[in-house]
Amino acid sequence: MSTKSGTTWTVYDANTMTQAEIYGQVLCDLGEANPKIVGLSADLAKSTKIGMFGDKFPDRFFNVGIAEQNMFGVSAGLARSGLLPFVSTMAAFVTMRAGEQVRTDICYQNLDVKIIATHGGTSFGAAGSTHHCTEDLAITRAFPNMTVIVPADGIETANAVKACVDWPGPVYIRIGRGFEPTYYKDENYGFQIGKAVELNPGTDITIICCGVTVLQAMEAAKILKESDGLSVRVLNMHTVKPIDEEAILKAVVETRRIITFEDHNVLGGLGSAVADVVAKSGKGCAFDKVGIPDCFCVVGYPEDLYSHYGLDSNSIIDKVREVMGKDFEEDESWEDEV
Amino acid sequence: MPLTDQEIKELKARAKQIRLDIIDTTVAAGGAHIGGGMSIVEIMTILYYKYAKVDPSNPKWEDRDRIVVSKGHAGVCVAPVLANKGYFPREDLKSFNQFNSPFGMHLDSLKVKGVDASTGSLGHGLSMSVGMALGARVQGKSWNTYCILGDGECNEGSVWEAAMSASHFKLTNLITFVDRNKLMIDGPTEQVMGLEPFADKWKAFGFIVKEIDGHDFNALSEAIEYAHSEKSGPVLIMCNTIKGKGVDFMENEVKWHYGSVDSVLAQKARESVEKMS
Repeated sequence: MSTKSGTTWTVYDANTMTQAEIYGQVLCDLGEANPKIVGLSADLAKSTKIGMFGDKFPDRFFNVGIAEQNMFGVSAGLARSGLLPFVSTMAAFVTMRAGEQVRTDICYQNLDVKIIATHGGTSFGAAGSTHHCTEDLAITRAFPNMTVIVPADGIETANAVKACVDWPGPVYIRIGRGFEPTYYKDENYGFQIGKAVELNPGTDITIICCGVTVLQAMEAAKILKESDGLSVRVLNMHTVKPIDEEAILKAVVETRRIITFEDHNVLGGLGSAVADVVAKSGKGCAFDKVGIPDCFCVVGYPEDLYSHYGLDSNSIIDKVREVMGKDFEEDESWEDEV
Repeated sequence: MPLTDQEIKELKARAKQIRLDIIDTTVAAGGAHIGGGMSIVEIMTILYYKYAKVDPSNPKWEDRDRIVVSKGHAGVCVAPVLANKGYFPREDLKSFNQFNSPFGMHLDSLKVKGVDASTGSLGHGLSMSVGMALGARVQGKSWNTYCILGDGECNEGSVWEAAMSASHFKLTNLITFVDRNKLMIDGPTEQVMGLEPFADKWKAFGFIVKEIDGHDFNALSEAIEYAHSEKSGPVLIMCNTIKGKGVDFMENEVKWHYGSVDSVLAQKARESVEKMS
């Protein structure tokens, strides 16, 4: 299955392995090199793939059963003992069922606990709202000390998991259910926590995206170039916190139009994080957010949900055209003299 | 080994000083969780002055025993214990609850030396203690982890998640105390949310339970030494205690869960503590 050498991932791996499988493999490699790494699961060792680590290092792996609150408390205790816990369960259970343990036991004590949350956004579409998680970025962003990362695909997941080992403090890495198409061809593109990746240069408008929307944004940029002659900048904002303010401000000045694009409630996630920076800049900028409207989602396979909620390339193309049509510089109701 | 008469005398003197410091800290703070602070004084005293391997000059000593006061509102007891033990000057206690003080009513492990876990939100400490006990096992360390739970706290479901895991992982390096003072904010535990048969619940969750008088140093000593020697499963020491212990007008009084003490009341409280045998 894997054609990896060391922790280098190839196209073949990314196309045949899910984000979670790649995470599981990378964690095994990291665990080999670092005996401080321990793993925790709450009866989801198989679906989150942390079980791969458990099979390899049974003495450093703890399945606490279906008890997420306990799992995060236990991980805090392990971290306080000098170990480096990697903890996995579904995003909804990390941020809501055990949200207080994550905030108080881990973030308040600023502990080195690395959380890999699977089934983020609507990626577990058919399971319904109990298992969707379109709130997690809003929640984790508001926890002091927390770093929040949303990798675009399996390759970027590998990069994020490796990078978080040496990144101080708690880290929340949000991945999907595992059947998302990949964007990256290889891992050597200079991934750095807190630094956006400019995937496509552009001067007319910027799409700022993360996670599963990255591939859609890139497809849209290509189509818009060909059909509308638009130069669309695409920023992969894989780190939602701390957000890359410099890249956003550069986009404000250089493209003056920004659309954020995420599989998350439009309230509180990437869009809100970017909006904070745009508003603070004091510069005129046409701005819109594309994400899940403030609702509990319908049931369906992720690809159907993505089209239904406008998270596919066709929808973002329509949104780009709409925002390009906004004549924000000549607003007649603007009272310049006040 | 039973405690010697001299040891008991010394422990009682320590406990008395800690109670007096709790009163002074409550005065300085303008109010504190004095009732539940007083009920764990003997547990804390015997841990810090007899059994726990800790080094106040090196609070982060890797091989130290861990002490997690899960009933975090007992910070008004924990801080005086740590001050007496030498982690920081007793003088510092005067800043309790004050602006920008390291000492809030629930102690912050990043700000107060000697605190192994930031607690205050109930139902978190036993999970963190399980993690510390597992941490010792993974690293081949011999430290023990001591966790002190409130009885009302055991209404929290997460306590029982942690209990399940402590016995599942056979954590014999974890010693858990329950401060069974039988009162919580809204009234007696059995009226607010019944816990009985409390010991049986712990037994059903796989703990070996010792039920003792939590103010009796001999009983505490015997139970802790038993727990150290027991290798078949985690031990829980159910400490029957009196909320407000030592201050006659506070003992077993629901209203003294949290309270303010003015100089007149403080004097009465000190006199009562001085009279303790």
